[in-house]
Amino acid sequence: MTRFVLALQWSGRHSALDPAGPQAARIDSLWQFLWIVSAVVLAAVVAALLYASLHRRRHAEPEQAGAGTRTVVIGAVGLTVVILLVFLGLNFGTGRALTIPPDGAVQVRITGKQWWWEVTYPGNPPSYQVTTANELHVPVGEPVVVELGSSDVIHSFWPPDLVGKRDLIPGETASIWFQADRAGEYRAQCAEYCGHQHAKMALLIVAESRDSFDRWLARQRDSARTPADSLARRGQEVFLASSCVMCHTIRGTPAGSRIGPDLTHLASRRTIAAGTLPNTRGHLAGWILDPQRIKPGSRMPANPLAAGDLEALLAYLETLQ
Amino acid sequence: MTALLAASAACERETRRFHDEAQPPAAGGVRLTALEPGPATSSRALRHPYEDNAWAVSEGKRLYSQFNCAGCHAHGGGGMGPPLMDALWRYGAEPENVFASIAGGRPNGMPAFGTKVGATQIWQLAAYVRSMSGLVPKDVAPGRTDHMQVKAGEQAAPEAVPRNAAPEPPAP
Ligand code: HEC
Ligand code: HEC
Ligand SMILES: [Cu+2]
Repeated sequence: MTRFVLALQWSGRHSALDPAGPQAARIDSLWQFLWIVSAVVLAAVVAALLYASLHRRRHAEPEQAGAGTRTVVIGAVGLTVVILLVFLGLNFGTGRALTIPPDGAVQVRITGKQWWWEVTYPGNPPSYQVTTANELHVPVGEPVVVELGSSDVIHSFWPPDLVGKRDLIPGETASIWFQADRAGEYRAQCAEYCGHQHAKMALLIVAESRDSFDRWLARQRDSARTPADSLARRGQEVFLASSCVMCHTIRGTPAGSRIGPDLTHLASRRTIAAGTLPNTRGHLAGWILDPQRIKPGSRMPANPLAAGDLEALLAYLETLQ
Repeated sequence: MTALLAASAACERETRRFHDEAQPPAAGGVRLTALEPGPATSSRALRHPYEDNAWAVSEGKRLYSQFNCAGCHAHGGGGMGPPLMDALWRYGAEPENVFASIAGGRPNGMPAFGTKVGATQIWQLAAYVRSMSGLVPKDVAPGRTDHMQVKAGEQAAPEAVPRNAAPEPPAP
């Protein structure tokens, strides 16, 4: 059954039925238990109905409910109450187990924006803080505590392979923790309607070994270098002279606005525009020229750039490893 | 029947024009000062592309704080830049004048945004600036603020009949 449902999914790494960590596994086993019990109850009810309709009494009988009927009714009500209480207890236990994070967890902060995710790893000293977008890296087998906030409307963080949903509410900080036991890429999705592009608001979670996680984090701390190549250098000038600086940050350059995603390490990301497109040169060009075709209503305007400027700009963006 | 008619009238929704590429006002379309040569032109003939569109005005409102106009003009009350919610205009209140103020800058310290912000967003900003003194229709002006309220929504702004204010003399 599980396998069958999985096969219907468009991508193997966005499924609540294929848990990749202890939290999702607990939710999954609770769900399996609930549905098996519910299926048995449904089968019993249908069987009783069938029995009753096939064995109709031919004549109205004067004497009402006998002792047998009463036993059946009391038994069924009692059983229902017991089953519901068991469900309640199991739900409560699962909820408790998912709430309290163990000590020494990796700390991350995620801010929901219309319609992308800002991801921040606090640093010690603070200059080690790392800011990226739409991609969350975590070490395999270690607990991760995610602090959730929003800068506009309510969003909801939902990585079904790892844990359940948690809402991001403006002005409040929520938190959720999970642990990925299998290396791989998992897709999280905004699960609270937040405007036109709610559907195209995904976050990629990359679970990797502690070593490669540390290497990734260290690389994300660096500022962008001025490119050596002359075309890319011209691209940097295009970036700094056009609208991009009104909204984007590239650390190491004067561009420091935080309306849109931080682009300092854009080329290291697998997707652009919150999991909407793979990060390839062609998609990047299409996105920069007219984001409104790809995500209508998105908060990045069209940029009618001359062909030469666009080519230089793309060459520059590709150096942002 | 009446109910049906009323219901179908209510269905006419405002459209959000995401694919617009708005143009800057035509050169010479409006006289910015009385000193310009040529016949007087009526700027009323040029329609502002967004003043009938609530979504565009609210985008202007968002950009007004994101692009930090509030840093100099506060929420319309003025700071080192002049107030934008009153009736006094140094460089004119027509949509084209406001567009020109934002795109080209003004000599006493208003930066030019024209090379960094596209025409669509400048029109949205201009529509929002005008909504602060009640110059756009009430049903289009923003009704509230997403953040902490510092003043009533623009919808509540009384229409301020624009008057000319002399620009401050440039600092010596
Ligand atoms: C008015 C603000 C604004 C301007 C101007 C702007 N952007 Fe953006 N940009 C955004 C926003 C907001 C997003 C996130 C959109 C989304 O995913 O919904 C974004 C996303 C992007 C992304 C995808 C990043 C990612 O990791 O998903 C790239 C690349 C990008 N912009 C490049 C540019 C370039 C190059 C320019 C200048 C030609 C530019 N932007 C101008 C606001 C802006
Ligand atoms: C660095 C401060 C600063 C910033 C930022 C700024 N302004 Fe201004 N603005 C000024 C000053 C100062 C003036 C008065 C200029 C003069 O008198 O020559 C002005 C004038 C104006 C005027 C003309 C007002 C009139 O009476 O005619 C408009 C409209 C305007 N600004 C809108 C904006 C908008 C919209 C933004 C954001 C995109 C913005 N300003 C950002 C300082 C600023
Ligand atoms: Cu959403």
